[in-house]
Amino acid sequence: MARPPLPEDQLVVRFGLRLNVEPPGGWVASTETGSEVHTHCCFCGLQCGIKLRLSDGEVVGFEPWYEFPFNRGKLCPKGVKRYLQGNHPDRLLAPMVRADDGFRPVSWDEALATTVGELRRIQAEHGPDSVAVLGGASLTTEKSYLLGKLARLGLRTRHIDYNGRLCMVSAGVAYKKAFGIDRAPNPWSDIPQADVVFVIGANIAECAPITTGYIWRARDRGAKLIVADPRVTAVARTADMFLGLRPGTDSALLSAMLHEVVRRDLVDQSFIEAHTEGFDEAVAAVADQTPRWAAEVTGVPAARIEQAAEMWAAPGTGMLLHARGLEHQSKGVMNVSAAINLALACGRIGRPGKGVNMITGQGNGQGGREHGQKCDQLPGARDLTDPEHRAAVAQVWGCDPDELPGPGLTAYEILEAIERGEIRGLLSICFNPLVSLPDTARTRAALDKLEHFSVIDFFLSETAHHADVVLAGSLHEEDEGVVCTAEGRVVKVNAAVAPPGDARRDTEILVEIGRRLGAERHFPFTTNREVFEELRRASAGGIADYAGITWERLEAEQGIFWPCPSEDHPGTPRLYTDLRFNTPSGRARFVPTPWRPPAEVVDESYPLWFTTGRVISQYLSGTQTRRIGALVAQYPEPLCELHPALAERHGIATGDIVRVTSRRGSIELPAMVVSTIRPDTVFIPYHWAGTQAANQLTNPVLDPESRIPEYKVCAVRIERVGPGARDPLDRRDTSLTGGPSYT
Amino acid sequence: MTATTPGFPAAGTEWIFVMDQSRCIGCRACVQACEECGTHRGHSMIHLDDVDRVQSPQTVPMVCMHCTDPTCAEVCPADAIKQNELGVVQSALKPRCIGCSNCVLACPFGVPKMVSEFDLMMKCDLCLDRTSVGLKPMCASVCPSDALWYGTRDEYAATRRGELVDTFVFGNQEVTTRVKVVADLPGSIDVLGGAAGARPWQDDPFGLEEEPLW
Repeated sequence: MARPPLPEDQLVVRFGLRLNVEPPGGWVASTETGSEVHTHCCFCGLQCGIKLRLSDGEVVGFEPWYEFPFNRGKLCPKGVKRYLQGNHPDRLLAPMVRADDGFRPVSWDEALATTVGELRRIQAEHGPDSVAVLGGASLTTEKSYLLGKLARLGLRTRHIDYNGRLCMVSAGVAYKKAFGIDRAPNPWSDIPQADVVFVIGANIAECAPITTGYIWRARDRGAKLIVADPRVTAVARTADMFLGLRPGTDSALLSAMLHEVVRRDLVDQSFIEAHTEGFDEAVAAVADQTPRWAAEVTGVPAARIEQAAEMWAAPGTGMLLHARGLEHQSKGVMNVSAAINLALACGRIGRPGKGVNMITGQGNGQGGREHGQKCDQLPGARDLTDPEHRAAVAQVWGCDPDELPGPGLTAYEILEAIERGEIRGLLSICFNPLVSLPDTARTRAALDKLEHFSVIDFFLSETAHHADVVLAGSLHEEDEGVVCTAEGRVVKVNAAVAPPGDARRDTEILVEIGRRLGAERHFPFTTNREVFEELRRASAGGIADYAGITWERLEAEQGIFWPCPSEDHPGTPRLYTDLRFNTPSGRARFVPTPWRPPAEVVDESYPLWFTTGRVISQYLSGTQTRRIGALVAQYPEPLCELHPALAERHGIATGDIVRVTSRRGSIELPAMVVSTIRPDTVFIPYHWAGTQAANQLTNPVLDPESRIPEYKVCAVRIERVGPGARDPLDRRDTSLTGGPSYT
Repeated sequence: MTATTPGFPAAGTEWIFVMDQSRCIGCRACVQACEECGTHRGHSMIHLDDVDRVQSPQTVPMVCMHCTDPTCAEVCPADAIKQNELGVVQSALKPRCIGCSNCVLACPFGVPKMVSEFDLMMKCDLCLDRTSVGLKPMCASVCPSDALWYGTRDEYAATRRGELVDTFVFGNQEVTTRVKVVADLPGSIDVLGGAAGARPWQDDPFGLEEEPLW
């Protein structure tokens, strides 16, 4: 039973969260540096270039990397303070096993023997599929590749999936349906060339901050901006048209816009006829989804929907950008298809300033889904069920195609299988499901049931509290490899320092586990470069073709967009420039979008819509950023945003403690009363654990195609508990005395 | 270091600091980066304020405007606030500053901070450690939204819209500054609505008059 050995508060005393508040040696230390390492920020899919400053073998600060073309030195606060995740008092310095009094450091030999022995014992008793592997999209592509190979040829289990299942899969399914390729079709440099930018379900200022400048540059050219969101976000504030829709109604809004574009005959008929298929079926599906109808469903006035449709379909270029807001739904795929339909109807694809783009969220959210840690995929973004794809990878791996297990369960389904007792052993890396999966209580109970749980991590995350074995792995700056950015640009991450103490590089740990599982011949690697070279071969001829990419080229060319099939190929920044798509007919496909409500809707007991999201100072489940003092100070704890009209009904003022309750659980937290959120909706950011976890409330229903959970919409009620202990608003900068300390 | 290297000025060009508060997204990258500046490590000299968080996510950054005739220096009884040869107004000189906060109260832009830890007035010094060797200031380097921007006039003219303003009138006092502010006209992002009716949605962001909730 993988239960935490001690109560949470005692584990926290020993393993954190503690805060790293200043660089090694303190703020007064010399700023002279020995050297700088060119690498990338570890926090988000944009993968901004950054230089880490080194002194005496420690990372002591950062310097803008002005020459890197994507961000030109720009960084968000997470990037500025990323260096403080190193030299951290909570850092795991040795492998550990669970002991009665907590966790006990052991030798690598003992730790790895336990992991491998227990997983093998469970498989011997219950079959190969009684063990699962969970990975993460913040891992380098080499690690993702190794993890997939480890599951399939080391553990020989079907069940490997990753936390990108909580991020990019709805977009992935929809883009494959429409275009045949799961990648943003346009480089970000197309955004400033757009005459209209339409942002839906994307809090760009907080979740993809560097994208803001690209949109502002479009506006400097005179571009119109449309934003659809249940909240007036920092970018929405400036929009020419704001569509403040109800959570869970995105496809209705987009379908009504398509309806209006068709009704007014604003479509690009020649493009549709020459390069697409399925238009008539898509139009038929929106025949009844009029702006008047959509106004009832979405709460957005019909006139605004009509104006937005006209603004979007105006002659010229246009970029449609979307993210988790519409993807984190039980109709996430359909929402994205509705966005793609709207772009295709106006011929917006494959040209400068014309496109529909997903904004990938996680650090290696793109690269992490291309090369084999996704349950249905093999390297090169190949299909695990396609005999030709299986044969191609089997040849590189030196195995029989029949040795490759078939597709397994997705991330949340793995949790459900643990609950049912079908999966009994788990190896996890780069995943903190106790914060990031919906319905926290259920997640905790499932982890408790595991017969064996091994975790590779650099800090003892809340999930790792449940581990039998903790393998001390590596931080981003302690290992090297490649990642693929939200643009589809493969870039090189460089190691600045070695793992401290007895911690090891993740790649070494994965290779060693593979060898101890008896798969020595499949894990001959002695360096990460050897892993990448095999990955190149395994991806050759696939969709995500890295065959022509070398580490040297990545450094010299500051990244290469895939596909890049040969070393003399320049890479592919913009897909579909020939208006040929990776579909059987070569045409882009419209997909019908009939209306479907969210899985849970408001009623008398739970009368309010609930939605979750992020704040700029935290990254994902917060394992890293909740340990960095300056970032914690910026937004120390989750706040519940609600509208003054709703607050008045319940007698709630900013700073009061409120209780928000759904059918899964409840949370108590301070209120922030703002008129920038719909009055029928409350919002809580999700980065925190335990009693502060927004996911105590969320609904674990999955999209039937992408298997993404419905984080962005469920039903709740709210009540005032009492006055709060402090003013939750940050007023440090308005003080003219006392100094602006951030520590 | 060549004339064409990003982040470094070409020889002989005049670099300007431009502030367009309408672009600010409140991310605080400037605040976090400011405290990494070598001359005041651990202390941010930037102000980043909500205008009215209840009504809007609009935030405004404020760096030192580096006035031609700095009021802070004029009111300093200890003659502790100096401009360097480039016109950069610096933090108070430690041996002279008496911690009276006259400068804090007098600055028309509300910039200087009385840092009690050092009993010293501290303020933005335009990242002297960086700008003196030809590097951009920290805040303008990292700002994701170009609300804080450092570059040449030609670069600004080629890539940005909006008139640059560097003269401000406070009652009877006219102040000229080294830092330029982007004016609403002719064409910066007019977040306040610009011409009447430019963003009618802002009066009723969620269309409650047309689509009542309850």
